[in-house]
Parts: sequence; C-alpha cells; structure tokens
Amino acid sequence: MSAPTRRHEPVRPAAPPARVVVRAVVGRIGFYAFVAVAGLFFAVPMLWLVLAPFDATPGLAAEIPSSVTLDNFRAVLENPFALRSLWNSLLLSVITTLLIIAAAALSAYALSRVRIPGRDLMLYVLLLFSAVVTGTAAMVPIFRLVFELGLINRHVGVVLVLAGGLLPAGVFILKDFMDGLPRSYEESALVAGASSFQVLRDIVTPVVRPGLAVIGVWALVQVWGDFLVPFILLRDPNLSPAAVVMFNFYTEGGTANIPLLAAFSLLYTLPVVALYLFVNRRYGFRFYGGIKS
Amino acid sequence: MRTTDQAGDVEGGEPVPDDAEPSDEAQDRAGGATILGRITASGFIAPAAGLIGIFLIFPALWTLYLGLTDVRLTGAAAADPQFVGLDNYTAALQDSLFWNALVVTLIFVLGSAIVGQTVLGFTLAWVLRGWRSRTRQVIEVLVILAWIMPGSVVAFLWIAFLDGRDGTLNAMLPFVTDTEWLLENPLTSIIVFNTWRGTAFAMLLFGAAINSIPPSHLETARLAGASGWQQLRDVVLPRIRGHLLTALLLLSMWTFNLFTPYLLTQGGPNFETEILPIYVFREAFNFGRLGYGAAISAIMLLINLLIALFYIHVLRERNS
Repeated sequence: MSAPTRRHEPVRPAAPPARVVVRAVVGRIGFYAFVAVAGLFFAVPMLWLVLAPFDATPGLAAEIPSSVTLDNFRAVLENPFALRSLWNSLLLSVITTLLIIAAAALSAYALSRVRIPGRDLMLYVLLLFSAVVTGTAAMVPIFRLVFELGLINRHVGVVLVLAGGLLPAGVFILKDFMDGLPRSYEESALVAGASSFQVLRDIVTPVVRPGLAVIGVWALVQVWGDFLVPFILLRDPNLSPAAVVMFNFYTEGGTANIPLLAAFSLLYTLPVVALYLFVNRRYGFRFYGGIKS
Repeated sequence: MRTTDQAGDVEGGEPVPDDAEPSDEAQDRAGGATILGRITASGFIAPAAGLIGIFLIFPALWTLYLGLTDVRLTGAAAADPQFVGLDNYTAALQDSLFWNALVVTLIFVLGSAIVGQTVLGFTLAWVLRGWRSRTRQVIEVLVILAWIMPGSVVAFLWIAFLDGRDGTLNAMLPFVTDTEWLLENPLTSIIVFNTWRGTAFAMLLFGAAINSIPPSHLETARLAGASGWQQLRDVVLPRIRGHLLTALLLLSMWTFNLFTPYLLTQGGPNFETEILPIYVFREAFNFGRLGYGAAISAIMLLINLLIALFYIHVLRERNS
C-alpha cells in the first residue's frame, strides 16, 4: 500500500533527524519481534501434527523423528473405527453440503427476485440466531425432536439438523451474489418461454457458481469438523464421524494410542487443509456477502 | 456489498428498517413480478424455510416449553413429562454450579473473544498490512488453518502441547518446569487456546476493513507527520467502527455458545472450565435432566438476545 506511493513523493529530506531514525529502527525491531512471536504462537502447536505421524516412537512432544516411518498409518488401517469414521464424515459432509446448496440456491434466488417486507432484517436475525442455536443452546430440544422423529442413531438426523442450522448463512451469502446479477437475461429467457426453474438452472446458476462454491466449501468444512451434533445424536460407534471417534481415541480409558492418534489426526485434517489451499490459490480467501468484501 | 436495491439491505452488518424507501419497493414489485410469480417463489423458498423452521426455530421455541417440565433422558419422566412451572429456574438460581458456569463463561468470552481474538486479530491485520512477503502469507495461512482444522484435532494438539511431562510448551520455556497447564491453569489455558483457534476471523475482517480505507488518507496523515499510532487513532479507527462492532458481536455470541473447550477439559478440573454449554450438556446428558438443561438453554438464549440488542442499540446510537 504505502511502498508504491512512496516512490512518487516529490521531495525527500536529505538527512532525517536522528530521533526519526531511532524511532524507525526501534519500529522495525518491534515489527520483526512481533512477527516472530506471532508466527511461533500459531506454528508451534501444529508441529506435532506434522512430525509425530512419521515418528517411529511418537510421544506428546513435537520432535524431529529419530527414524522416519509410515507404520503409524497401519494402526489406522487396523483400527475398526478409524477408516469407517472418515467415511462417515465424508458421507455426512457431502450430503449435508448438497442439501444446503440446493435449498439455499432456490430460496436465495426467490428472495432476491421477489420483494417480501422485512426480508433482509429477517435474514439477518436468522443468521445471528443460527450461530447461537446450532451451537449449543438448543441441544436438548434438538435431541428430543430427533428422538421423537425416530432419527436417533441415523445419519439423516445429523444431516437435517446441520442443514437447518447452516442454511441461514448459506442463503444470506448466496442472496448477496444473486442481488448483483442483472435481470435482463432472465427477462429475455422468460419472454422466450423458459420456466422459472429453467431460468434458475440454465442462466442464474452458471453465473453464481463462485457463490455456490463459497457456501459449498464453507458447509463442507463446518460439517466435517462438527462434534456436538453427532456426539448427541449418534450412539453407535460404527456410525460416528471422525470428530467423535478422534475424541474417543484420546479420552477413553487406558493409555492413549499415540501412533494411532498421530496418523489419524493427520488423515482427518488433510482434506480440510487441501481444500483450503486449493480455494486460496484459485479464488483467494476473503470475505463475501454479509461481512463486507 | 454488491446490491442493486438499497432499501433494507444490510450494509456492513447494520440492520436498516425495510420501509426506508417505499418508492423503491414499488419499483421492485414491478420488476420482480415479471421474473418470478408469488407462488413459484414460495415453492422455491419452501425447502429452506421448512428445514430452518423445523430444525432451527422450532427447537429454540420448544426449549422454552421443555424448561417448564421435568422431562428426563430415560425412565418414566422421559415418556410422560410433568409440567413443573418455574421449578427448574428456581433450582438453577440456587445452584452454585450454575453461577460458577455463568462467571466462567463471562471470563472466557471476555478473555478469548473480546480481548484475545479481537486485539490479536486487529494487531495482525494492522501490522501485516501492505507487507508483501512470503512470511506474511505463511503467518496468515497458519492463522487460518488454526481456525478451520477440525475441533477435536486442535483440542488434542493443545493437550499434547500443554502436557506437563512431555509437552512442547514446557520444553520451550527457558526454565525447567513440569507444570500441568490444563490442571493448574485450566481457564487461562482454554482462553489462550481459543484465542489461537479463532483469531483468523478478526484478522480477515479487520484486514478487509483496513484495505477499504483509501491509501491516500493514510498517506496524507503520514505526510502531515502522524505517527503509526496517530494514524490508527484518527484515520483508521473511526472508519472501521462498524466492522469492530460486527466482530465484537459475532465473536462474543460464538464464544458464548462454544462447545470446543469440552474437547480439552470436559469442564474440569473441579468445574474450573465448566462454561454454560458444558454445564447444560452435563446436566442434560450425563445426569439425564433434560428439562433442567432446557431451562438453562433458555437462559442462554436470553443472554444471547441481550448481547444482540446491546449491539443493535450501540449501532443505532452511532447512526443517529
């Protein structure tokens, strides 16, 4: 920001006073000290995740492995719950995400094109409210509701609860994308005899694809990491997603199986990291919609 | 925000009354009706409205009713709960562990959301602004990864990091110690953990806000001899107040309802990290007192409402 403009400064003082130089030097030192400390603060707790999975004798400390091995990943293959839980996580996140994309696209389009009094205030209140309710404040009624519907111990219960909780934000973000589209194409298509659904599918959807990608990636990451909802609604460990199985690995009695924990943590985390790096490279990671871009 | 119709749109997170520009509405109706009929529109909205209504709004309302009953997880009171009036609420007010959970939650929100994430997030955004370097990218990626990695993985990373005997933190400290951080300083530990976990949101939000300030304004201030601190106070802060309030509101509400500390400490030792969500979980699912848990949930919803109203009040005051 300031670097390029500095070049256009017309006049530059020949020798700045010593006080200014000292202040600049101290400022630089403070800058690098802060950068170093902040970098360490965020990096060091993650080191274990990178080192321990390949350590022949992994412990709780983040250490350079004395001998590198892939044996720890065999522990994942041999554990009866590990791979199955990753599959469960994949199933839950993909289905929930598809449901959210479909429902959010339909309603965001309708809300964007038809004026309903109080629409935006209502959406905003729902958005705030959803962050609260799906968190924890409604765990008791959600459990009772899913119980009454006979969906305890079934993946579909988790999918519906998470979709309901994440949808307001999805609609909010997508509506913002749709508001920005010119209506002339849609009007022409309608004049040419297309149905409203065809207009949405063939004209609007291709244009708002970045918006669909944003809420899709966001929903995937949310569901992939979610712990509380499956923890409450699924009793059978064979149905549990990786979030719950991971927690069980380190809290259930006996000594923790560190090789298993290390390798499983890495396998469970990698998809999110890969997805993030992909999105970051392709689109740049920034704010859309409600939170000013 | 890229919007074509201005009335009622939420700019920078500020709710504006919908009837602000009636002429716009008439114009909108004329344009909108040709694209999508009322009935088709209702059909499009129905799936999302149904899911949100059944799995989001209904549970929140139902918790108010369940809180007035003695419904339990198992047994006779599970099948046929009785109406007990305000018994659950009076029991809560007399339970010292409820008050403990409330105080722990407030300290947790104040320490990790309002102080930790907001201050660290803003500092990172301000200090790193306009610095074109690999190091900056690496730091930003690390901060964001801490935010998006699965909760149960980051919880275990911190259990390992803070371990007394083998933990990396103790190994890094210049003096020899075997402090069991999660047992001896549990609340501080989860506050630092949650600061680490959630700073990304504030950093990204403030980064976007600072970028939206025209560079010429900062440049003018700099040429006029303003120090970094003066630029911050006189140019930047007045312009990002809306973002600051948005960040504070969202972070307070998210943190108030956060369950992740359970993955580190399960509320222990001796209830020192038992925030309200963990208290509700323990009462409802470990002790089976669903009705009591629902009553506490209702109190939590009320507190959330107060946070939101306080925020809207501050925004209105600023606007008028």
